[in-house]
Amino acid sequence: MDPLVLVLATPLLGGVLLGLWGHRERAGELNAGMSLLTLAASVWLTVIVVRDGPLTVWGEWFFVDPLNVFLVTLTAFVGFTTSLFSRPYMRIERDHGKMTPGRMRLFHSMYQLFNGMMLVALTTNNLGILWVAMEAATLTTVLLVSVYRTPASLEAAWKYFILCGVGIAQALFGTILLYLAAERAIGGGEGALLWTHLAQSKHLLDPGILSLAFVFLLLGYGTKVGLVPVHNWLPDAHAEGPTPISAVLSGLLLNVALYALLRCKVLADGALANGLPGRMMIGFGLVTVVVAAFFLSRQRDVKRMFAYSSIEHMGLMTFAFGLGGPIANFAGLLHMTVHALVKSAIFFAVGHAAQKAGSQAMEDIRGLLKVNPTVGWGLMLGSLAILGMPPFGVFASEFLILTTAMREAPWATPFLLVALGVAFAAIFGRVQPMVFGETSLRPLAHPPALLPVFVHLGLALLLGLYIPPYLDGWYRQAAQMIGG
Amino acid sequence: MNTLLSQSINLFAVVLLVLAFAMIAQRRILTLIHLFTLQGAALAAATLIVGYLTGQHHLYFSGVLTFVLKVVLIPILLHRVIRRLNVRWDVETLFNIPTTMLIGIVLVIFAFNLAAPIAGLSESVARGTLGIALACVLLSFLMMIVRAKAVPQVIGFLSMENGLFFAATAATSGMPMIVELGIAFDVLVGILILGVFMFQIREQFDSLDIRHLEKLKED
Repeated sequence: MDPLVLVLATPLLGGVLLGLWGHRERAGELNAGMSLLTLAASVWLTVIVVRDGPLTVWGEWFFVDPLNVFLVTLTAFVGFTTSLFSRPYMRIERDHGKMTPGRMRLFHSMYQLFNGMMLVALTTNNLGILWVAMEAATLTTVLLVSVYRTPASLEAAWKYFILCGVGIAQALFGTILLYLAAERAIGGGEGALLWTHLAQSKHLLDPGILSLAFVFLLLGYGTKVGLVPVHNWLPDAHAEGPTPISAVLSGLLLNVALYALLRCKVLADGALANGLPGRMMIGFGLVTVVVAAFFLSRQRDVKRMFAYSSIEHMGLMTFAFGLGGPIANFAGLLHMTVHALVKSAIFFAVGHAAQKAGSQAMEDIRGLLKVNPTVGWGLMLGSLAILGMPPFGVFASEFLILTTAMREAPWATPFLLVALGVAFAAIFGRVQPMVFGETSLRPLAHPPALLPVFVHLGLALLLGLYIPPYLDGWYRQAAQMIGG
Repeated sequence: MNTLLSQSINLFAVVLLVLAFAMIAQRRILTLIHLFTLQGAALAAATLIVGYLTGQHHLYFSGVLTFVLKVVLIPILLHRVIRRLNVRWDVETLFNIPTTMLIGIVLVIFAFNLAAPIAGLSESVARGTLGIALACVLLSFLMMIVRAKAVPQVIGFLSMENGLFFAATAATSGMPMIVELGIAFDVLVGILILGVFMFQIREQFDSLDIRHLEKLKED
């Protein structure tokens, strides 16, 4: 039995199963159980990859290499912890009358399908299937964003659908152009969109076609990454959807979109040999970091603020991968990992804080430490981690990105430093009164599940202090694959 | 015979482009759906002819798929939606049609310039039409920007998908089968979700005007 079959089949089956299971008792437990199975399968897959090295399966349709193996594990892991978090969270939402039985069924079923689609996108070797899986992941989350059926959530979901639909259509055009180049270089047919084949003969691909294709792919997948100026859907979708969805959107879906972009960048770099893709990514990344930092400082809604923080960090990663080279790529990959862990932890804490205050406005959330100390500490430590305070992993990756930027693109460093400073002042200034301060609010009806928050933060702390040798090995190999 | 057929590919390509322009200027929602259906039919015909000329048999399948999806299933869905929403005879007020058309012409010229060097590299019989395909994509994009109602916006989205399918046929000898199936599936699921959304939007806002959906703004 192939572990990859289990990794992909479990969430897809889980989606069907939970759709049939409906709103009966224990649907939340079943959801978490399916996610745990997926996680177990992906750990098994990881063990095999550690032992035997990269593998391609099923006539090269799917593959696991250093670039995607850690993302698969990360996706399955955050998928599992989020399902743990969502169990009490959605129960409280149901008690507040926001979720009906039908909506609970939709939530659980789509949650599993969404995880499944992301795992398909990560492991497929075919760039066409990658596109199809990305679009399918968008479709499942559109339903999740609008699950409350309030005017604001409908608006957010409509915007999300239309903007991402148009964006991803650009990526499809880019994929078609890529196929055209592949047809000329290695012949058409079923194998022509397989990434491993394309990467082997990337020097043969026509540079004219590839440069145009990369522009479309960057704009298309960039929409999903949340790059400025095509980021408008992101804060709305994060703020109006249920919090578990904000956590997986920020922590996982944005990573998967960036991963798709990286796969395309490797091909474009090979064909062009003039560094154009890297320079475009540096430009988009830098603009994204700066614009997001300034928008961030003007937010009043706590989930919107952290959504802008996600845009900022995705911009930073895009910038790092644009710089290229072993160190910046390594830092980018590390940043993908720690950002996913820390940002989802923050959303878990924020979700419970907003539930308790009955509002997402930051001025209504006060004195978390008094009533729910664990929520308060989770939010405080998470914010410190995402702001790049030293012992956490974000510090290590941001430090590497900044030092590389000073060497490779010194003109960009002042912009980065100013943006990071603005973000620091904004987030720290807002979080402090939310955590400390006085309050008269009562504690939550169901005890919140905050174990995931501290597990995530613990892992981010660990990655800041010590990176296990096999993880280090993958990052290095993947960094070399991305090149640039 | 074959010259006639390869000429007819160009003919269908032009039909696609003209229909894209017609959709931009069309005020009536019902007529818009008819135009979209015609566009799907032209796309399916062009795909079948390219398949016949190049002997790429999977293009037959792709042509039939396009026909089933874009001429039968999606128009039926759209007709049902507008009947149940009672917007069948709705007429949208459009401002500045001449200006929009002029922008559209600029887009077509831009698309042709962008596609010219690439079309030369393509080996497909329909390579001359890559510019038209890209123009259709951009025109649908323009239509989505200028329309304020939900149904026309969705039709613009679908017509963009038509342009992309045509680009795949024009530039290459069709994408691999599995990819085309996947895309078709995504489009179908997408339109179903949008249909559900339209009912919910109507319920919440008492209107299908997208301009109501502008509450979420930065302060």
